[in-house]
Amino acid sequence: MARHTIDVLTRSLDPVVVPSGSCADMIVNHYPELLAHDAAYHDRAVELASRTYELSQFLVDVLGVTDTGARETDSLVYHASCHGLRGLCLRDQPRALLRTAAGEQCTDLPGAETCCGFGGLFAVKMPSISGAMLQAKLDEIEASGADAVVAADISCLMHIGGGLHRRGSRVRVRHLADVLAGPPDA
Amino acid sequence: MPDAPSSPRHPAPPAQAPAAAAAFYARVDAALADKALHRALSLTTGRLAGGLTSAFAALPDGEALRDAARRIRAHTIAHLDRYLVQFSEQAERRGCQLHWADTAADASRIVVEIAQANGISLAVKSKSMLSEEIELNAAFESAGIRVVETDLGEFVVQVGGDKPSHIIMPIVHRSREYVAALFRDKLGASNTDVADVPAMTAFARRVLRQEFVRAGMGVSGVNLAVADTGSLCLVSNEGNGRLTTTLPRVHVALVGLERIVPTAADLGVVLQLLARSATGQAMPVYTSILTGPRRARVDNGVTGEPDGPDQLHVVIVDNGRSRLLGSDLAEILYCVRCGACLNICPVYRHIGGHAYGGVYPGPVGSVVTPGLMGLDQWSELPHASTLCGACRDVCPVRIDLPHLLLKLRERGVAEDRAPFWLQIGMRVFSAVATRPRLYAWLGRVAALLGAAASRDGWLTRLPGPLSGWTTSRDFPVPAKRSFTDLWREKTAKGRRTL
Repeated sequence: MARHTIDVLTRSLDPVVVPSGSCADMIVNHYPELLAHDAAYHDRAVELASRTYELSQFLVDVLGVTDTGARETDSLVYHASCHGLRGLCLRDQPRALLRTAAGEQCTDLPGAETCCGFGGLFAVKMPSISGAMLQAKLDEIEASGADAVVAADISCLMHIGGGLHRRGSRVRVRHLADVLAGPPDA
Repeated sequence: MPDAPSSPRHPAPPAQAPAAAAAFYARVDAALADKALHRALSLTTGRLAGGLTSAFAALPDGEALRDAARRIRAHTIAHLDRYLVQFSEQAERRGCQLHWADTAADASRIVVEIAQANGISLAVKSKSMLSEEIELNAAFESAGIRVVETDLGEFVVQVGGDKPSHIIMPIVHRSREYVAALFRDKLGASNTDVADVPAMTAFARRVLRQEFVRAGMGVSGVNLAVADTGSLCLVSNEGNGRLTTTLPRVHVALVGLERIVPTAADLGVVLQLLARSATGQAMPVYTSILTGPRRARVDNGVTGEPDGPDQLHVVIVDNGRSRLLGSDLAEILYCVRCGACLNICPVYRHIGGHAYGGVYPGPVGSVVTPGLMGLDQWSELPHASTLCGACRDVCPVRIDLPHLLLKLRERGVAEDRAPFWLQIGMRVFSAVATRPRLYAWLGRVAALLGAAASRDGWLTRLPGPLSGWTTSRDFPVPAKRSFTDLWREKTAKGRRTL
């Protein structure tokens, strides 16, 4: 799969922008290691890694943009997804973008940097532990009183969103890109 | 079809799951159902992890210290043969008696033989996870030698017939009410003796003082051994470590093969990080550096040292560690056992130490236990992590724990331990994900099937092994039009090509 993705993404030399910290982390940090002993692909993996960015990283660090023109009226809480945070050091970039779009309306979720319990196959292999971690995260989200929880990773949002729906919560999940694109109904 | 959130379904473990895996899941479920355990864990791990953050915030060059400590540990492990020889020569020059133990059984036998040779009937112990690893207390007891744990937490563990659930805080899983009841029932403590924590501590101290005075042998662990001086460094927050190593006439120190630093200056670097990472303290209450047993006469023959044991035995324990040297798990040997990775780990915070099943719990334990003992009985541990990376961020020697867990997962796959459904599932996923047309077509099929099975865009029950997902969350039905469809449409309108 990694080789296929490298084949697809090396057809041009443009920057690759990925709206998921986890996927970007995979390409940037794990492909070169995964293919360390593959003579044909290792150099290409390193080259691809050098021009692959997560969305907020590309906007803020490469383009120098913190204002996408979006103005948010919902109250939002931000959850920092693990692989973006710790693999790509996405600490300030998503928060800078959200500050412009939502100002005081967006705050950090308490325990924003604690894993939601998704962990890929972990969620189905060890559903009881994953579920307990999720419930703790959902409790924090609901206690915040926000209208929506924002993150820059669809996998965490699918996990948190599925948990909120199971609970019948009124809180929605929104991807960072969705907030930056403008009000949801515009 | 929707289930009440309060009644999670547990998928049956795969039929071929070995008994060890089933036992792991049973321990996990018991831990998750234990509300008191969860309260105790949240409180203590939160306090310790918070302490670490403030301790490092107050340290001007904490990150540089971590880099330096990592270099020291990496260098030592890369040249461990040399430093072990140097340490043993120096320790012997200072009058220590060196013993080398290949296995846990060898280590316990050596300690018991030292006790028997000295006619010991009572030994006191300060806290040592290595002594748990070699099951020393059981060996003492079967030799008819009484052994008393003198670390307060370990004392509670011993009196209660329990096991430590944290490498620094052995009774993190227990409440003060539990300890009060235990002291009353097992030790005849009065209500005044157990009125509050200081009273219980004073009570334990009175009990333990008598044991210290009577004991002929003290057994301790060692935090770090210094190669160029042959010294042993022990840190502790209770005075029991000093009494254990100085009062009885025989001191036996257990050292893990990897717990060496080259020089006293290197020790200084690691010590600056150890207590900060473990408890948030700048320094532990007691830092003892022991170099040889008591010298009856110093060189000029005038005065002897008043304190210290007559014999100091150093038992260097391998028990699988040398197999990790040079392997893809060698980095775990850098570990100085501070426990920071336990405190920060969201999995540990939910299931506690006992659920892991081994002597060392948490992320470090999930590498050490299968690393030392193989995957046969411990195949689930490398999977008991979301790989969130919080442990790597707090590690004082920057061990890439998620990477080591992945290496163990790879080893599990190579040893054909992955469940059948997963092997097939990954093969199918990989085949589909590398064929864009098939992927798009199956996406549309999944969207149609999903929509048919759902009223509101969410599935409440997934089939087969995926049913684990729907025990506690719903699954979104794939969108009718994929991102790729929308992208094609938008770029076509804008006369751009994909």
